Amino acid sequence: MTEITGVIALQSDVVQARQAAREMAKNLGFGSADQTRLATAISELTRNVIQYADQGRYTITDKSDNGRIKVQVVVEDNGPGILDITKALEYGYSTGAGLGAGLPGTRRLVHRFTIESKPGQTRITVAMIKKISHS
Amino acid sequence: MKVPILRLKDILLTSIQIDLTDEDALEFQSDVLRNINETEAKGIVIDITALDVVDSYMARMLNETATMVQILGADVVICGMQPSVALTLVEMGRELIDVKTALNLEQGFEMIQHITENRGR
Repeated sequence: MTEITGVIALQSDVVQARQAAREMAKNLGFGSADQTRLATAISELTRNVIQYADQGRYTITDKSDNGRIKVQVVVEDNGPGILDITKALEYGYSTGAGLGAGLPGTRRLVHRFTIESKPGQTRITVAMIKKISHS
Repeated sequence: MKVPILRLKDILLTSIQIDLTDEDALEFQSDVLRNINETEAKGIVIDITALDVVDSYMARMLNETATMVQILGADVVICGMQPSVALTLVEMGRELIDVKTALNLEQGFEMIQHITENRGR
């Protein structure tokens, strides 16, 4: 099982995280659309960490099993947490200076999307999944 | 990291060839505005062929740059967007890109020439 972890503290970490996610998706056999979807999602999530929590971590894992390929990315931080998850997922809502497109947009890009958040601990897990066709 | 901006008569040409951090993107924005101002260019073509991620921040930066350039009195065409980037942007939210676009640099250059030639008529 391949796994890549990294710290999110600097703006350059956002770039590194999205490139690493794309690389993993590519290596596992995802097409360019899914690679871009995942890289964009990770870019949004890691930027949020810097903006709202100062720093955090990401973990990109190959979760492929029989019959499907799956790449999972966990982005977590120990920041203040997301007070109202329902509102945070509404398009156009932002407590910061953003457009409010990041989180709801990210959810639309990936196949699996989970948020767990309380003060001091936020963890967002996303995944892309593709069935392997035997031709 | 600097993105070079070239001048061809009264049109500026620039191509973003590297994965920009947010800070790089802001620096690029102010470089574009300063160049427009200094060269008195009528328009600018921004080539994003090499950008494989345009997230909500980058999209906003590109939109704002276009608006700022227009307020200065010049025009902007963005060209070369990757199909998977276009797809991702539309899936994220329709209004993320609200700028004149062209398929490639050649068409982008033709478009900006056409726009600037027909200005004020």
